[in-house]
Amino acid sequence: MPPDGVDTTRPVPFRGGGFRTRSIFVVGPIVFVLLILLWQLGSGTGFISDIALPAPSAVFDAFRDLVTTGMLWKHLSASLYRLVVGWTLGTLFGVAIGTSIGLFSLARAGLVPVVSAAFPIPKIALLPLFVIWFGTGEGSKVATILFGTLFPTVVATYGGIDNVDRNLIRMGQSFGLTWLSIVRKIVIPGALPAILSGFRISASIAVVLLVAAEMIGAQYGIGAYILTAGALFATDQLIAGVAILSILGLAIGWLIGRAERRFLDWRT
Amino acid sequence: MLLDGAVVRVIIDGISHDYGQTQVLRDISVTIDEGEIVAVIGPSGCGKSTLLRFVGGLERPDSGRVLLSGEPPPGSLNPLTYIFQDFALLPWRTVEGNVRLVLEDHGIRGAAAREIVSDVLARTNLSDFRTAWPRQLSGGMKQRVAIARALSVRPAVMLMDEPLSALDAQTRELLMDDLVELWIREQFSACYVTHNLAEAVRLAHRIVVLSRRPGRIREIVEIDIPLAERPGRTAGLDELQHRVWSLLREEAREADRELTDAA
Repeated sequence: MPPDGVDTTRPVPFRGGGFRTRSIFVVGPIVFVLLILLWQLGSGTGFISDIALPAPSAVFDAFRDLVTTGMLWKHLSASLYRLVVGWTLGTLFGVAIGTSIGLFSLARAGLVPVVSAAFPIPKIALLPLFVIWFGTGEGSKVATILFGTLFPTVVATYGGIDNVDRNLIRMGQSFGLTWLSIVRKIVIPGALPAILSGFRISASIAVVLLVAAEMIGAQYGIGAYILTAGALFATDQLIAGVAILSILGLAIGWLIGRAERRFLDWRT
Repeated sequence: MLLDGAVVRVIIDGISHDYGQTQVLRDISVTIDEGEIVAVIGPSGCGKSTLLRFVGGLERPDSGRVLLSGEPPPGSLNPLTYIFQDFALLPWRTVEGNVRLVLEDHGIRGAAAREIVSDVLARTNLSDFRTAWPRQLSGGMKQRVAIARALSVRPAVMLMDEPLSALDAQTRELLMDDLVELWIREQFSACYVTHNLAEAVRLAHRIVVLSRRPGRIREIVEIDIPLAERPGRTAGLDELQHRVWSLLREEAREADRELTDAA
């Protein structure tokens, strides 16, 4: 009991929350705008020298040049072609190989060691080989991206299949579902979240390899554009090229996010 | 049930099984007659769920066999149908989609499937939840969906693996009422595995009491009070429950003190 007359009643302090994240949409763009404004201010006052870092306005001018001369589309279409073909083929083969590893013991025993051995090889190191095999044209660049995206997709796919709830498979068997039905309706949908998050990783790898391959040997492409700009110390163009890559990455992320919402709408 | 041959009966005949060094089941023989609910009760790890997997052909016993005699009812798509403890609903399919899943492989689609789905959802009071996702449903509702799915394939025998164990006590009561009501209407046969004595006493016509591992039949207890009358005759059931519990108590205590590496 409290001493006479003194009321010690008080609210219990709140100690929860803390680790809960909320989604705040406006903050991201505001941070971007603020950073660019600060950068422009720094360049305008001479605090940031033009040689060290061109002003955002100069970068924007370089970008406008790209648009008006029509070079933007030329570079972008060359890059997008390689990216789309390489990533799509790599993903198709990757999902197919990953699924067979997930489903068949023989494929697992035979292919998992190969995947483990080949995954860590930087695919860009193999570009000269790809040039010999597939020629100096699009083939070698597509092959680099294909092999770069193949292995993470394989690993994500069979990991996803391994994590499918065995009870669901047993349920399918107990209702007499055919093997193909169980794979199509239980195993693949169950592995889809893992496969889609694998897509995020493989798409980023694809962009990195695209630029690397284009830097080594290409006339057109974002990578080639950045390389040329770098050789001329045209830092405004260089940063414009890098910004295009950034936007490309954001666009890919957005597309995969759309796909996740479309295919995984059954999740919370 | 005019001819004995027409009666569907599951005959569990001398089943024994080991997992490696671990002895799981020893010489289990039980017959489940048509329209009868047989509860299998025993301490955890006594092999009762394993036994149920043998009955439905999901696993093979080391020795002994499970026989199905008689003809399943016409239109029975899956004579031996499970109800799982964890419901085993596909989270990427709606309530309707989950029921349709088990019809699709039998070529039942379109209007025919819609009709069956409407029928089983009505019988399990789920008609309003047809387009709901499993994540939106409570545990009790999920198990009702699983029951609806089981009904849709017109089983001859339901194999129920601790169907109420993942539910809270109140939901369990409600679902037990539902199951009793369903049985009174449809007189289904079932093998009902549980560790909950109250469920067994409420739902079963016979209770098979298993010992701790390796599971042997300790006793088979008949309950001759009709399911519909049980809520009013608690005195007789209490005594029965006591009797079975005295059989189980020592087994459960010993099982609880065992080191285990079995799943």
